[in-house]
Amino acid sequence: MTSHDAPPTLGLSTGPATSLAYHTGTWRTERPVYVELAPPCSLGCPSGEDIRGWLGSTQEGEEGFETAWRRLVAANPFPAVMGRICYHPCQTACNRTDVDEEVGINAVERFLGDTALERGWALPAPAASSGRRVLVVGSGPAGMSAAYHLRRLGHEVVVREAAAEPGGMMRYGIPAYRLPREVLAAEIRRIEDTGVRIECSTPVTSLDEAQAEFDAVVLTVGAGVAHHVDIPAGAASKIVDAIDVLRDVASGHAPLLGRRVAVYGGGNTAMDAARTARRLGASEAVVVYRRTREQMPAHPTELEDAVGEGVRVQWLSTISQVEGQTITIERMELDEDGRPHGTGVFEELDADTVMLAVGQDADLTLLSDVPEVVVADGVVQVDPTTLMTGRDGVFAAGDVSPGSRTATYAIGRGARAAKAVDAWLASRVLPAEPVQREATAERLQPWYYSDAPKQHRAELEAARRVTGFEEVLAGLDAEHAVFEARRCMSCGSCFECDNCFGMCPDDAIKKLGPGMRYEIDYDYCKGCGICAEECPCGAIDMIPEVR
Amino acid sequence: MTTVHIPFLQTGTLAVGGRLLDDAERSVQSHADRPSSLTKGHRACQGCAEALAARWVMDTAVEASDGKLVVANATGCLEVFSTLYPESAWKPPWIHSLFANAAAVATGIAASLHAQGRDDVRVLAQGGDGGTVDIGLAAVSGMFERNDDVLYVCYDNQGYMNTGVQRSSATPAAARTATTPAVGRSPGQAFGQGKSMVKIAMAHEIPYVASATPADLRDLEHKVRTAMSIRGARYLHVLVPCPVGWGSASSQSIALARAAVQSGIFPVVEARAGELTDVQRIRERADVEEYLRPQARFAHLFKPGGEDALARWRALADANIRRYDLLGERS
Amino acid sequence: MREVLEGSQAVARTVARCRPGVVCAYPISPQTHIVEALSVMARTGELADCEYVNVESEFSAMSVSIGASAGGSRAYTATASQGLLYMAEAVYNAAGMGLPIVMTVANRAVGAPINIWNDHSDAMAMRDSGWLQLFAADNQEAADLHVIAFAVAEELGIPAMVCMDGFVLTHASDVVELPTAAQVDAFLPPYRPTQVLDIRHPTTIGTMAGPESFTETKYLQHLRFLDATGVIESWSERFREAFGREAGGLVARYDPDTLDRDRLAPPASSDDLVVVAMGSVIGTLQAALAPMRAAGIPVRLVGVSSFRPFPGDALREAVGASRHVMVIDRALELGSGGVLTGCVGRALAGTRSRLHSVVAGLGGRPILEASLQEAVRMALDGELGRLEFLDLREGGVPTPTAGATEVAR
Repeated sequence: MTSHDAPPTLGLSTGPATSLAYHTGTWRTERPVYVELAPPCSLGCPSGEDIRGWLGSTQEGEEGFETAWRRLVAANPFPAVMGRICYHPCQTACNRTDVDEEVGINAVERFLGDTALERGWALPAPAASSGRRVLVVGSGPAGMSAAYHLRRLGHEVVVREAAAEPGGMMRYGIPAYRLPREVLAAEIRRIEDTGVRIECSTPVTSLDEAQAEFDAVVLTVGAGVAHHVDIPAGAASKIVDAIDVLRDVASGHAPLLGRRVAVYGGGNTAMDAARTARRLGASEAVVVYRRTREQMPAHPTELEDAVGEGVRVQWLSTISQVEGQTITIERMELDEDGRPHGTGVFEELDADTVMLAVGQDADLTLLSDVPEVVVADGVVQVDPTTLMTGRDGVFAAGDVSPGSRTATYAIGRGARAAKAVDAWLASRVLPAEPVQREATAERLQPWYYSDAPKQHRAELEAARRVTGFEEVLAGLDAEHAVFEARRCMSCGSCFECDNCFGMCPDDAIKKLGPGMRYEIDYDYCKGCGICAEECPCGAIDMIPEVR
Repeated sequence: MTTVHIPFLQTGTLAVGGRLLDDAERSVQSHADRPSSLTKGHRACQGCAEALAARWVMDTAVEASDGKLVVANATGCLEVFSTLYPESAWKPPWIHSLFANAAAVATGIAASLHAQGRDDVRVLAQGGDGGTVDIGLAAVSGMFERNDDVLYVCYDNQGYMNTGVQRSSATPAAARTATTPAVGRSPGQAFGQGKSMVKIAMAHEIPYVASATPADLRDLEHKVRTAMSIRGARYLHVLVPCPVGWGSASSQSIALARAAVQSGIFPVVEARAGELTDVQRIRERADVEEYLRPQARFAHLFKPGGEDALARWRALADANIRRYDLLGERS
Repeated sequence: MREVLEGSQAVARTVARCRPGVVCAYPISPQTHIVEALSVMARTGELADCEYVNVESEFSAMSVSIGASAGGSRAYTATASQGLLYMAEAVYNAAGMGLPIVMTVANRAVGAPINIWNDHSDAMAMRDSGWLQLFAADNQEAADLHVIAFAVAEELGIPAMVCMDGFVLTHASDVVELPTAAQVDAFLPPYRPTQVLDIRHPTTIGTMAGPESFTETKYLQHLRFLDATGVIESWSERFREAFGREAGGLVARYDPDTLDRDRLAPPASSDDLVVVAMGSVIGTLQAALAPMRAAGIPVRLVGVSSFRPFPGDALREAVGASRHVMVIDRALELGSGGVLTGCVGRALAGTRSRLHSVVAGLGGRPILEASLQEAVRMALDGELGRLEFLDLREGGVPTPTAGATEVAR
């Protein structure tokens, strides 16, 4: 076994890194695995945007902007529009609120949208022609989204719009100070550039005729008819629908509202109406709302902006009568269930005009002679997975169908309808949308994210902005957009921070290079769990080891 | 402290790397081709922060010395888990002699290299708290006092873990060890005992003394790099949580180091020639409980009768916060 | 050049001419003069390209030497007594790691009671440390042995102690002829470490060996230690050829009549009493035995030059046909006898030799020629026991005075 000639170091010394012969992976009882979870922003985005993805590309700076935009428009063809008008539920869901403030996703979206318009980036070219023709009825966000996605899938798409201009509520329901018309026009034009044909002032009056002409029909006629409440009113009273005022202003026919304007309602339309009244010269704009601030459906930022512009809100109040320039208001109180009830206490308020903003209904005249299409609660009933109505080949999305009446929801449902139509045309079964595991805040290790508050978009000084319809919010510049994007914590998705690689006590993680992430060397990983614990974004699970 | 301005990049400098950082701004550990001086196959327990810190320290030193680094290691966990014949997990030239003499062996290596005109080759000595604060203190002190050209790194896991978790003079108050059991009227290690090796090192007025933890890689690398840029005796004291000795989950080793710093229990400092020159401020103040509760060695603090000890721990943290101005209240 | 020099000076100068890269110093009597002399030479430049390190303990002196040797330098230090024991752990470690350090041990008693004077109990305590232990009979040999020690240690990768009696040699002036720097350069190969911390060829030195490899590792070291006898003989022979005088070797033989050292002296005969000794007492024995030989008393002298490795074969050859051996021992195994006697007894096992252990000169007690002569006579007359303490005082140890008794109580 031994000899005199054995080296004197035998038994005492050895070569470097010879420990590789010893595989410590056998010690493991749990193994780390990289996972890809859905972030709350995307789960909260009705448009279905891969927000984490496009923020990630934006983080790269200039060279990442176009990629970011392309990832964005994969879901939503209106980033410049939605970057302005979306109530951004993504931000409400953002995990970063636990660190400092939510990521200003909406501002970055607008930056990307504006940058794309500025640089003339085109939407992705459509797939090879399918030879099928689809009619989209209505050119609001649901309709345009459906048209865009159908076109991408290779179908020939015609959009028929009853109004003189395309855009639906984006054009006629949202004031220009929130959404400049040229931005909307440009994003619609860009969809047309992909081959979608929009025919305005062309109401569709017969579903049968439409189906004879097209292989499928998507109804996205919206809810543009003002809902009415019965208020006893004298003949001299001026009571108008808020939605009509907004539409008229959008069409260039600003009505005369007078010096004192009361708006009845508590939604975003009420806010838009009150702010519009201020711009049209009303020195007093009072919103009369029957519930409390907490119950108000208007988005809090909308309310803040309105109040910032001098709009007053009369809470817990209903209009019980309008007589001339005097309106009678009854004070309300909430019962145990939070429902308002009259108190019998009344007061009076002077108003030249009363604008009603108590909701909108869908115009369903097209369906009046189509019994198999079920209408309930004022909207068209659809299959929740395929969005198909009771009639074969007729789909519905947006405000005309059940669900949230927001542009972002409409865009998401439009896209879903496009998929459904595509599947139906090909006689495929459209699978239900998969349930995704959420990257919850508890999974994160927020220690690693620097303190960096949101970059507030510059707001026009309130006193100045009530004088006109110029845009209230300015956009982020590139530097700030990149900063804001970098505030994204990439919840549930590895962004290559190197923590797992650097913090493995056993040197058992390989770094594969930019964009390639990492690989765990299970020959040596002892399963201590430090990588999972210190992963900032919760992208590593520890699972029981099975041998 | 010299700080490098790094633009905001999703994570701050507390993360190991980040794909948005320029190569030069990245930590040594973030490089796919880092030296990995202490490589895989070593037999440290799961979640051993000493194994981690040793790789961090040595990789930085290897880079700072352009690969010209020689290491002397004291007996202890680090030595045992890395060099069970015929295997070694070390890549640089490495020698282990005895428990108490790593500093002196390093002096000998440095003297030898100097005599050979090889001052370009740098010497690093390392050991645990036992080999440094207790049995090896004389040799460490001698090396300091002579200002020998050695960087000595102590990985302080606060006890004799290799021999089965006995008390050392670095064991914190109230901690249960095999020789300070949690029984009797004052369970665990007695209050008022133990010594601060950082202060002892500072008292030698050597060119550089610093403390660090695995909760802040950039800080640790910065300190190693700074130490390597200086000649003479240098000392780095690294707190290394020990899942086995502390009775904590293996995944918590970095979290515990973070809690030790954020609670004020472990001041992270820098000193030159005996003068304190930098103190790392608390970023998110943590209560001592955040540090103590996950450790079974302090379990008795959270049982009836443990209130006094817990209060004394809070007082220790408060005293550090005052003494080192850890909240930045004075500046 | 023959000159009169203190033993420490002679050793220091010779060590300097061996060109060590690192010299470690920690003071302890009676070795201090050696490191003091080296410190001067390090400052004047006579000891060039050498780092002279003042350490804080013998433990660190040996530890620095370990680092220096592993770092690629010829390393030297000196110690004695308590200092040797204080560095004991590192002494074993240096040997186990195969680092060819050379260390002078200025032999001194080990306390308690504390005693700074000469005997061999310090070196004997380290007899199993794995070091070569070479004993000098006089200052000339003490100086010469360092040259041989570096050569042997470095060829083998085994550290070497050169043992010289404290005060008796270290502090005594004698006529010596030191090897010149040129002679040493020609004789001693450049330092070639068995293993070195080399950044170009990194190795891990000092691993942990488990039960599955420790025995084999030790067995290999044992084989290597066995090789040492041949290497010592070979380098001692080369030294004699180069310098024209005898030094080192395994066993020193002495002319039966002149008692001068003579490697060609015949083995003892069956009539002879053989006196075996180590260190400076050999000089006393030479003086004591010469007149006895002239008077026809059959006594021979054999010196042990290499205590470790112990030269059993060479000793048996020198003892020849004699079956009567008296060992002068400067260190005691309590309850048993002299340490050297035990080694000699093992070497002569099976020869049916009569063996006397004469424990002499502990803690600096002078060893008188007359006492040695008396012991020889008694041995030849059959009156000497197996274990004798030379010049043991009849009155024993003086009793402390009243005050001291108080303290004791």
